[in-house]
Amino acid sequence: MTSIANVPTTAILVVALVLLMLGALGVMIRRDLLYVLMSLEIMFNGAGLAFVVGAAKWQQADGQVMVLLILVAAAAEVGVGLSLVLRLYHRLKTVDADKVSTLRG
Amino acid sequence: MTIVVYVGCGIALLCAALVITRRNAMHAMLYLVLMLLALALVFFALGAPFVAALQVIIYAGAIMVLFLFVVMILNLGRPGERQERGWLSVAVWAPPTALTAVLLGLAAYVLTSIGATRAIAGEVGPKQVGMALFREYAIAVELASFVLLAGLIAAIHLAPPPREDVPEPAAPPLGAPAEEAPRE
Repeated sequence: MTSIANVPTTAILVVALVLLMLGALGVMIRRDLLYVLMSLEIMFNGAGLAFVVGAAKWQQADGQVMVLLILVAAAAEVGVGLSLVLRLYHRLKTVDADKVSTLRG
Repeated sequence: MTIVVYVGCGIALLCAALVITRRNAMHAMLYLVLMLLALALVFFALGAPFVAALQVIIYAGAIMVLFLFVVMILNLGRPGERQERGWLSVAVWAPPTALTAVLLGLAAYVLTSIGATRAIAGEVGPKQVGMALFREYAIAVELASFVLLAGLIAAIHLAPPPREDVPEPAAPPLGAPAEEAPRE
């Protein structure tokens, strides 16, 4: 077994795509806001995998820099999103996305 | 190392599918952590040890801990599980899954029709990433710090007010540590 991976780029890009789609599916079908946030994390990771396989193919650091920036965006988004969920729970005593409809009408 | 990439990707996909179908939020979160670790393994096998380490430390080690704290604060428990069981019926997940599968098939077709390339993943180490960060992407680093500052201020401002039924612990008086000065 060699210590250098030799993988078809397309296969790993398809894996990243499936991760993105699984995350999008999770956002669509779950009502609990925490699951929506978790599915968004899955999508972030799918995009990160695509960038890393690009960095591996072209042997440049740019893909890894982009993954670092994705990490920063995910951290900020999770911080804000979770405080919003907590604030919502404090107000409505539920994390059901369907109950958050006070703007309607 | 190629086997590691494939197995890691397989585990990541399985764990992602398990995350979105669990009833218990804690279980889903643990599967998410497992997915993050599997992806860190894939990153390492693809010659990116720096982002592999960052993925473990920051994503699995800080962001997921934040998630876990919030789940424990919300403390949904058994009633939450019963609620979730009613929410994920076939009528809810069948149409989005079908549409997503169609999209996935189309995107995979587009990807594979570009032409097969291979990635021979020699290591792109921390030194190379560091040089890229401090030369070409210096402005991106500054902007990232702005984003984190904005996230910090927003999280502090948006946090819910303290609960009235749990009293705040009293702060110790300021003059107290004078007696514990070290003796010669």
